[in-house]
Amino acid sequence: MRHTLSVLVENNSGVLARISALFAARGFNIASLSVNETEEPAISRITIVVKGNESILEQVTKQLNKLVDVIKVTDFKDIGYIERELALIKITAVNKTSRDEIIRVAGVFRARIIDISPDSVIAEISGDESRLSAFMKAILPYGVKETCKTGVSVLCRGNAGKIK
Amino acid sequence: MGKKTGAQILIESLLKENVEVVFGLPGGQALPIFDAIHGSELNFILTRHEQAASHMADGYARSTGKPGVCIVTSGPGATNIVTGLATAYMDSAPMVAISGQVATDVIGQDAFQEADTIGITRPVTKHNFLVKDVKDLARIIKEAFYIATTGRPGPVLVDVPVDVQRSVCEFVYPEKVEIRSYKPNYNGHIGQIKKAAEVINRSERPVFYIGTGVVVSNAQDEILELSKKADIPVTNTLLAVGAYPFDSKLSLGMLGMHGTYCANKCIQSADVIIAVGARFDDRCTGKICDFARKAKIIHIDIDPTAISKIVDVDIPVVGDAKTVLKEMLGLVNTKEHKDWIKTVGVWKEEHPLSYDTNDNKLHPQYVIEKISDLTKGEAIITTEVGQHQMWSAQYYKAKYSRLFLSSGGLGTMGFGYPAAIGAKFGNPNKEVIAIAGDGSFQMNMQEMAVAVLNNIDVKVIILNNQYLGNVRQWQEMFYSKRYSHSCLAKRKECPKWCNTPNRAVCPVYIPDFVKWAESYGVLGIRVTDKKDVELALKKMLETKGSVVIDMWVEIEENIFPMIPAGASLDDMIIRMNG
Ligand SMILES: Cc1ncc(C[n+]2csc(CCOP(=O)(O)OP(=O)(O)O)c2C)c(N)n1
Ligand SMILES: [Mg+2]
Repeated sequence: MRHTLSVLVENNSGVLARISALFAARGFNIASLSVNETEEPAISRITIVVKGNESILEQVTKQLNKLVDVIKVTDFKDIGYIERELALIKITAVNKTSRDEIIRVAGVFRARIIDISPDSVIAEISGDESRLSAFMKAILPYGVKETCKTGVSVLCRGNAGKIK
Repeated sequence: MGKKTGAQILIESLLKENVEVVFGLPGGQALPIFDAIHGSELNFILTRHEQAASHMADGYARSTGKPGVCIVTSGPGATNIVTGLATAYMDSAPMVAISGQVATDVIGQDAFQEADTIGITRPVTKHNFLVKDVKDLARIIKEAFYIATTGRPGPVLVDVPVDVQRSVCEFVYPEKVEIRSYKPNYNGHIGQIKKAAEVINRSERPVFYIGTGVVVSNAQDEILELSKKADIPVTNTLLAVGAYPFDSKLSLGMLGMHGTYCANKCIQSADVIIAVGARFDDRCTGKICDFARKAKIIHIDIDPTAISKIVDVDIPVVGDAKTVLKEMLGLVNTKEHKDWIKTVGVWKEEHPLSYDTNDNKLHPQYVIEKISDLTKGEAIITTEVGQHQMWSAQYYKAKYSRLFLSSGGLGTMGFGYPAAIGAKFGNPNKEVIAIAGDGSFQMNMQEMAVAVLNNIDVKVIILNNQYLGNVRQWQEMFYSKRYSHSCLAKRKECPKWCNTPNRAVCPVYIPDFVKWAESYGVLGIRVTDKKDVELALKKMLETKGSVVIDMWVEIEENIFPMIPAGASLDDMIIRMNG
C-alpha cells in the first residue's frame, strides 16, 4: 500500500533524523520525502510517501506522534487531498525529428520544455504520481538521460489537517 | 538577578528541580560544570564508572518515583552511559542525563573526546537536546525534567557544549512548561472505559495482567479494590513484583517464561484479559499466535504505541492507569467468579513454585526465601540478570511496589549493584539488598568504593554458582550440555570440553569475594552450607555498613517452570524430567 503522510514538526535541528530513523528501524524504504518551512517559520512540514504493510504503518504513525517534536501526523488515506510533484527530465534529442516528437508528447501531457541543448532537452512536469509516471513511460523510448523529482507536496481539501 | 554562566545555570536549575543527589564523573568538556558544582550545595556522588552512575540514577528513580540525575563528560563519558539510558528507556524509568560536549565551533571536526552523543543516544532516550545557546539552557532543563517524568516516563539527555557552559546570561528559571507537540493524555476515553467495564461485567474467567504502568501511576490500591470487587485474579510482570499482595488468594504471581503454572494457565484459559500498564513483552506472552486465544483483550496504557503493537487489542483505553481504574471502579459490578477462582485454586495447588527441599544442599531459592522471611518483604531488593534474578522474582515476597528493582526489558547485567546504591540514596531508612549473580556482579562491583566512602549501607548477596548460570541452563537444556564459555572458574589448564563441574576439583574461584570485600574494609562472609545461611543473613542485617555474602549455591540448579523461547504458554516445562 502506498501511503502519503504529512507530519508537522517543530523546526528543530535533528528532527528529520528522528523521523527517518523511525522508518529505517522498521525496514521501511521512504519512496519520497520533502521538507519545508510552513507559513509559521517555527513549524516544518515533512511529507513522506512510503509503501508498506498497513499494520506496521499504523505503528509507525503512532510512533511518529510519540516523538516530542511532532505536532501532528496526517495520513491522507481517508481524506480528500491534492497531491503534486514536480519532475525535471533530461531526454536525448540529437536531431530535429526527435526534438519535435518530444515536444509533441510533452504537449499532450502538459509538460513544458525548459531547455534545449544540442543533444538533449529538459522537460518539466508537475502533477500527481500517476501523471508523472504516465509521462515518464511515454518519453522513455526517446532515451532518458537524467531525472530529478521534488518529492510530493500534499494539502488536504477544506479544513482537515490544519495545524490547530 | 545578575548574569550567570551556563554551568551555574545548569546547577541552579537542578536545585530548582529539587534534585537531592546527582551521580557521575568529571572530564575535560565538563570542567565548568564541575567547577560550578564545587561552589554549590548540590549533593554530587563521584562514581567509578559512568555506566554505574546511570544505573544509580535509575535505581534512585525506580525506588522513589522521582527522576534520577547523572552528569558525565563528552565522548567516552557519554558513550559509557548508553547502556544505562537504554536500560531506563526499556523499563520506563525517569532520568535526566547531562553530558559535556566539545565546543560548538568544533562539533563535527572529530575534536578530542568528541562523540555524536545526540545521534548515539537518540534511539535509547525518550528525547534528547543539544544546547546551542546558553539562553535556551534553563528552559531545556525544565523541559527535560517535564518530559522525563510525565506520560510514560523515560530518560532524557541534555548535551551541553563546553562553550555554552562558559557563556553567561541572565538566569530565570521558567515557572511552567509549554510544549505544544507534547501533551500526554491522562484521562481515558469514557466511552472506551464503559465498553471495557461491560466486557468485564459479562466475563466469566477474567484476569488482570499488570505491569510497570501500575507502579508508575501508583495504581496498586485501585487494582486491589477492583480485583476484590469483581473477583478477578491478578498476575504481574517482572517489573510489577510487589504491586499486588502475594498473600491474597487472587494473586497468581508472575506470568511468562519463568512465571507460575497457575498464572500461565489462567492467561491461556481466560475469557477476558485486562492488561494494565503492561506491554505484552515476548518474555510474558510466549508464542504470540497461541497467546490467550480465548480471551478478549482490554488494554489500559498511557502509551498509544504500546497498544496493538504485539497482540490485537479489542478494547484499548489510552490513559493513566490510576485515573482510568478509578473511573472503572464505579462501572464494574460487584461479582463472584466461584468456579473460576476454584479452578485457579486447583492450579495453584497442582504445581506451586518448588525446589528440592528434601536434601541438605544449598539451593539458591532457599536463600531468597530466607531473605524474604527475615526482611518481611519490606527491604528494597535489586537484582542483576540471570537465574538469581528469576529466583528473586519468584521467591521474594515484596510487600509493596518499588521494593523489587530489576532490569526487565534490556536485561542488563551490572544493573543491580549500582541501582541498589542509588536506591539507598533515595531511601536512607530502608534496608537495601542487592541479590547478585557471580557473573553480573563483576560488571560493576568497583562501585563498592562509592558505597563505603559515602557510608551507604547496601548489602550484597552473591548467589555464586560459578557460572553464567542462565546461559549454562540454556546450554544444558537446548545445546546438549555443551557448556561453551559459561563457566567462570575455567582456567587454561581445564579440559576444553567440560560439562561436569564440581567444586571439589574445579580450579579455585576467583576473585575470592570475601577477601575482595575485606580490601574495601567491608565484612565478607562465605556460606557453603545450608545450615549457615540463616545465621549469615541475620549477621548481615545486624551489621551496619556494607556486607558481602558469597553464597556457594548448587552449581547446576535450574529455574522452573520454564517456557522455552518461542514456545507457547501452554508448553510449560514444570521440572526437568517430568
Ligand atoms: C550485559 C549483558 N551481557 C550478557 C548478557 C547475557 N546473559 C544473561 S544472563 C547471563 C548470566 C549471568 O550470570 P550470573 O550473573 O552469574 O547469574 P546467574 O544466572 O548465574 O544467576 C548472561 C551472560 C546480559 N544479560 N547482559
Ligand atoms: Mg552465576
